[in-house]
Amino acid sequence: MAVITLSGLTKVYPGGVRALDALDLEIADGEFFALLGPSGCGKTTLLRTVAGLETATAGSVRIGETDVTRLPPGRRDVGMVFQDYALFPHMSVTDNIAYPLRIKKAAKNERHAAAADVAAELGLDGLLARRPSELSGGQQQRVALARAMVARPQVFLLDEPLSNLDARLRLEARTFLKKLQRELGVTTVFVTHDQAEALAMADRIAVMEAGRIRQIGTPAEVFRRPANLFVAAFIGSTPMNLVDARVRGEQVEAAGVLLPLPEEARGLVTDGQAVVYGVRPDYLDYSPSPVDGSFSGRVAVVENLGSSSLVTLDVEGVLIHALVGEGSEPEPDEHGWAVPRAGRALLYSDGDLVNGNDVTVAA
Amino acid sequence: MSVREVLRRIGLATFVSLVLGFFSLPLLWLAFTPFDSDPRISASLPDFTLHNFQVLMDNPYALASLRNSIILAAGAAALVVTCAALAAYALSRVRIPGRDVLLYVLLLLSSIITGTAAMVPIFLLAFNLNLIDSHLGVILVLTGGLLPAAIFVLKDFTDATPTSYEEAARVFGATPLQTLRHVVVPVIRPGLATVMVWTVAQVWGDFLMPFLLLRDPDKAPASVIMYTFYTEGGQPDLALISTFSLLYSLPVVGMYLFVSRRYGFRFHGGIKR
Repeated sequence: MAVITLSGLTKVYPGGVRALDALDLEIADGEFFALLGPSGCGKTTLLRTVAGLETATAGSVRIGETDVTRLPPGRRDVGMVFQDYALFPHMSVTDNIAYPLRIKKAAKNERHAAAADVAAELGLDGLLARRPSELSGGQQQRVALARAMVARPQVFLLDEPLSNLDARLRLEARTFLKKLQRELGVTTVFVTHDQAEALAMADRIAVMEAGRIRQIGTPAEVFRRPANLFVAAFIGSTPMNLVDARVRGEQVEAAGVLLPLPEEARGLVTDGQAVVYGVRPDYLDYSPSPVDGSFSGRVAVVENLGSSSLVTLDVEGVLIHALVGEGSEPEPDEHGWAVPRAGRALLYSDGDLVNGNDVTVAA
Repeated sequence: MSVREVLRRIGLATFVSLVLGFFSLPLLWLAFTPFDSDPRISASLPDFTLHNFQVLMDNPYALASLRNSIILAAGAAALVVTCAALAAYALSRVRIPGRDVLLYVLLLLSSIITGTAAMVPIFLLAFNLNLIDSHLGVILVLTGGLLPAAIFVLKDFTDATPTSYEEAARVFGATPLQTLRHVVVPVIRPGLATVMVWTVAQVWGDFLMPFLLLRDPDKAPASVIMYTFYTEGGQPDLALISTFSLLYSLPVVGMYLFVSRRYGFRFHGGIKR
């Protein structure tokens, strides 16, 4: 169990690519932490630098009390699960799980007993004599987890833990991983490009772009109050409506309609200032009859999402998405109104959240 | 069936039989002549006898030469597999500018090293290094000639092995040598087997280098000794040659069967991605 502290961490690849740019981050003891971002944002590099598979160009990595920046991976006391699991194909499940103990020179019966214990914990009993190729994807993942757990490391590092599973198994594994992490209480960092995965599993999320962290927060914070336009656009399974707007006194003019100025932005913006008005489709209430202070337009598309529908309104050429509960879906070409819920609309100026003082943004 | 069709089929069958016969006659000769009391240059059903093997046993060089062949083949195979594995692993994992060019140039030169063109320099080199008439000298020269191709084949195997295996071993604390022993070697074992079999077959059949570098007939391998099996009258001694040929070819055939059963030949080599 340990705190991970990164300070000024920089990684420049020989070709001159700056994968990590003076990154500061502290991951609390026992926390389930997600590194989230589009591909190429440096999240995997960050994980590999913590593991010691990449050497930092500058800055430091501390795990617990120890500065591990210059230590080789084997002496950092971390357990890692690779994206392709990297189970040794020529070894049985037992030998795979026991491998870290073999390196630590544990006696054969001792390490086999330890492997059997961990395997039982993860529901792998009965599979111990098999080869990795004889296991399903979910089982392979649990073997990889068992191998990472067997030496009881201080930190777990998971590289895209769910990406190699099929969709149904993914949900199952998500619940399983979260439960396991809670039970073990070990500081765990995982990398994902899937925002839904990060929101569902993590205690806290760092959203990354181009080697920098754009926002750190709990899933609720990152979802409700994205610190900047990048995070706003990246988080959410239905993307946030982001409309160019202009402040008009106590109101905001967006897509040709006047909307109430969000409470928190009052006094922080000046009349006539150019801003971006953001509101999630989840926080727009659809109404078939006219309402003041709402987007009003023609229903262009209705997409069924199961228990709700995503309605696209054409508001003077700007497309506005709203989520509508089942039973009240409009027909295409009807006229409709979408009312922003109080306290859920956000204003962005120069790409950053207006009154974003309460959100944590690392440089 | 039309006449044309029948004729076409007869023609095809005749052609296939001719081709098959062409290739199977030498094999039949190899299978039957050693057991024939009157060995001749043509293949015929034998008048069964084991006398020819007696003649072979009485020859002072025959069995010793097979032992020499085994020493040369085993030595070269061990050296080639070890060096090629280390070189291929390094070339596959470390980025060296121009490594592909390097590999191709080596491959090109390797055919010269063991070829006729370099005969004189190699002889002089071996002479000055006191390696004439020594098995080590032959092993070193043959290894040098075979290494580039072996590295080329093995590099394809290591390239196809994901680096995450090695990274996993590293994260769990394995040293580079442990990583190589526990993970890399077992994973590329089919490649190592392929290269080993290929090396043994090459060395087993090589004539020029041992002929050139070994003066003492007691040290000559089977491929060279076979060349000396003549009667006093200058005629080829077919009794000796046929039995010896059989003994000479059996180990290679046996090895092929064993390794292909054990590992299944997966020839990855040759195609550049």
